[in-house]
Amino acid sequence: MAVDDPTEKAAHIRHLLATEREAVRENTSHFNRERYRASAEYEGYEELRSRAREIKEDAIERLPELVETVRESVEANGGTVYVADDAADANRYVEEVVRDQGDTVVKSKSMTTEEIDLNEALEAAGADVYETDLGEFVVQVADEAPSHIVGPSLHKSSDDIAALFNAHFDPEEPLSTAEELTEFARDYLGDRIVEADVGVTGANFVLAESGTITLVTNEGNARKVAATPDTHVAVAGIEKLLPSIEELGPFTELIARAATGQDVPQYLSMLTPPSDSPSLDFDDPTTPLSEQGSENREFHLVLLDNGRTAMRDDPELRETLYCIRCGACANSCANFQQVGGHAFGGETYTGGIATGWEAGVEGLDTAAEFNDLCTGCSRCVNACPVEIDIPWINTVVRDRVNRNGDEGQFDHLVEGLTPDAEPGGMDLGKRFFGNFETAAKLGSATAPLSNWLAKSGPVRAGMERALGIDRRRDLPRFERETFRDWFEARGGALVSADEATREAVVYPDLYTNYVRPERGRAAVRVLEALSVRVQVPDVPSSGRAPLSQGMVATADAKASRVFGALAEHLDAGRDVVVVEPSDLAMFRREYEKFLPEASHERLSENSYEVVEYVFGLLENGGDAEALAGPDADDPGVAYHSHCQQRTLGAAAHTEAVLDRLGYDVVLSEAECCGMAGSFGYKRDYYELSMAVGEELATEFGGAHEGRRVVASGTSCLDQLDDLLERKPAHPVELLDPARR
Amino acid sequence: MSATRIAEFGESLEAHGVSWARTDADGFASTLVESLVEPAVGVPLGYEGVSLDDAPVTVDPTPAELRAATTGVTPVRLGVAAYGSFLVDSDAKGSEPVSLYPERHVAVVRGSDLVADLPAALDELGASYAAEPSSAVFATGPSATGDMGALVEGVHGPKHVHAVVLEDR
Repeated sequence: MAVDDPTEKAAHIRHLLATEREAVRENTSHFNRERYRASAEYEGYEELRSRAREIKEDAIERLPELVETVRESVEANGGTVYVADDAADANRYVEEVVRDQGDTVVKSKSMTTEEIDLNEALEAAGADVYETDLGEFVVQVADEAPSHIVGPSLHKSSDDIAALFNAHFDPEEPLSTAEELTEFARDYLGDRIVEADVGVTGANFVLAESGTITLVTNEGNARKVAATPDTHVAVAGIEKLLPSIEELGPFTELIARAATGQDVPQYLSMLTPPSDSPSLDFDDPTTPLSEQGSENREFHLVLLDNGRTAMRDDPELRETLYCIRCGACANSCANFQQVGGHAFGGETYTGGIATGWEAGVEGLDTAAEFNDLCTGCSRCVNACPVEIDIPWINTVVRDRVNRNGDEGQFDHLVEGLTPDAEPGGMDLGKRFFGNFETAAKLGSATAPLSNWLAKSGPVRAGMERALGIDRRRDLPRFERETFRDWFEARGGALVSADEATREAVVYPDLYTNYVRPERGRAAVRVLEALSVRVQVPDVPSSGRAPLSQGMVATADAKASRVFGALAEHLDAGRDVVVVEPSDLAMFRREYEKFLPEASHERLSENSYEVVEYVFGLLENGGDAEALAGPDADDPGVAYHSHCQQRTLGAAAHTEAVLDRLGYDVVLSEAECCGMAGSFGYKRDYYELSMAVGEELATEFGGAHEGRRVVASGTSCLDQLDDLLERKPAHPVELLDPARR
Repeated sequence: MSATRIAEFGESLEAHGVSWARTDADGFASTLVESLVEPAVGVPLGYEGVSLDDAPVTVDPTPAELRAATTGVTPVRLGVAAYGSFLVDSDAKGSEPVSLYPERHVAVVRGSDLVADLPAALDELGASYAAEPSSAVFATGPSATGDMGALVEGVHGPKHVHAVVLEDR
């Protein structure tokens, strides 16, 4: 249950960190590791993702036609199809089916029935409803919401569940182990299944041509629920339709790998009901199975719209409908791993993609409650088996939420600092962070005064109150001499056009220019040592800061200006070298949404992360001797890459270059530092940010204690600065010939 | 070809926690008996040259006998070599409940019914849909859950799965 009030939000997160973090982290990071393993072992996994994506795009495009096809096929098979407009409509239909058959309903796991609150509706109509998936059973008994799409109860340990069951069922012998709990639940639910009148399942896929529903399970409960009571009701969102069994193949290979790292689920049911399987009257001691008959079997397919047609018509939310509900976006998410779906989730759905689902089926208000937990780090991008741009969906929804705000009382405070294209009334903190460029310019111009002010208690209290910036966090320290000032002062390029093997522009990103110019200076000297003629032109900030706050229009305008400032350099054959990985990610990924295709291609194809670029220079005959290597007593290097850099596949180069120069490098196992731009500064999320960072701090503070710490991203450097005693540096600083 | 595929199928079965034995029509009866934990129920195999008739198996049980059984013996439509999966039909003989309710499932699969991988199995299944779409399940290994805080095998479906691979050509 997400919470809207800022201080309450911090308290809610603190509570979850204390209660659910351990189990959530253990389970989700286990699934995530297993996904990595399984996808790496499967040859052609990436091609399969693209194929699955294509199939989903086509199916959603043809959705109205597929609905008609499945209606015909299911009816021809002897079943019924009901297309429900909304939750109430679907519930009413299922209630009627149940009323005709009896009053006991067993269910297998279905997020779609969670979405419509089917259990509550059936219970209000007098039925007894039992969840038979053990995870769903646990949350049903606990009267809680699922905390994860795939593992509804993964926030609970065996001990938690034992305490719950012992209190609720008061068994003769108290239960304690997972085996005992499983056995108890199996026996209890086994009896319920045998006596049930109606079985309700969801569907992972619905094959229109044959009227087949596909169910993916490990426990076997969906099989029993479908095969035991005579009446089977399947409730599925309309987006689950695929044309036919011919399109199913990629999904059956992907879904279990993406979800849990299994090559295949224990049970992949292909049900085309009503089936020939005999009715199971367990009270009948004389009639053998073959004579039980199946004439009494009934099948109802309830296809739920509930906002999906509108999502299909919405160009930004449409992708959400490709989701196959594997939970990989949740498992790969650093924030989710700490707090789970009880913070990072809405009414029903959890994890990164939940923003799209909740915005579509519940509305913006519900999505707004947890949308800020997506930092846009992009780790879920490569995890998603159908290539959904989940960070983009989160950004778009954030933008819409911003535009829904009311004019606030503090607006005048940030007015001068916010030359953006956004509406009045949006969250002031977001507006401040989104316009960080203005603050950085002012802070640099007035340094060191600005830095003294930033340390003052009353100023920090004011910033906390008005902008939500946590006072426990050190603010960036602005440099009076910017990176560009330095470059101009030294006389610009030192390698002449004649001597140069290549020409490049070092992009003066916001942080390199105003806060960490030492990174830029090192980058220039490294490239020049490798005979690159370097320029540092005046190029606007990338728009990463506003985009991270959901300020899409502002970011879009930045993209045009950045491209305008770089176009001439690109045409002159200059490479664009980027120090800040999150800005490189803008050029390569997000600018695709903002620039004409040809412009985006030209910029993204000629942009490089700085050490990636050095790697290329060395591979092409550059002289490694011209760069700094380790001293005899070098303590070794502990390197933390950046989330977006990893998504782009631009992280391995740093390790390779440092290695080539003779540094002894270890990489962080922890994937995320927890800072994520402005996220770790925010009062609501400071503690969560530090909780994520703890893993990295333990690693670099423990086994790698003596090593020099380097990190590629500004945020990661800020966070490591706060987490460790040692001062971290950018890897390019290790290569800097000036060090020698 | 068939021998290689049987070997691959066997490896996959073991990787998924399924014990197995291979036999031919002559050795079937004794191999089957070794795989049973009584009381056992089963559905007629429908394979030429072998049957459950001489084994201590209640063929075509009542639902009550099914619920009391420890072992369920069924034929399967296909075996998937890459994953060690069986395709169990939801047929009128009751293969689905017999493979599902007892604690132990003994699946009898003909070597000639093994296909390379899941996409190949879906192709075969899809081809049969043209005539009449059916209900079936790909079952791989014992039923399992992690929902109680640790991995436990044997939940709503069988805890033990055993395959008898019948070399039929």
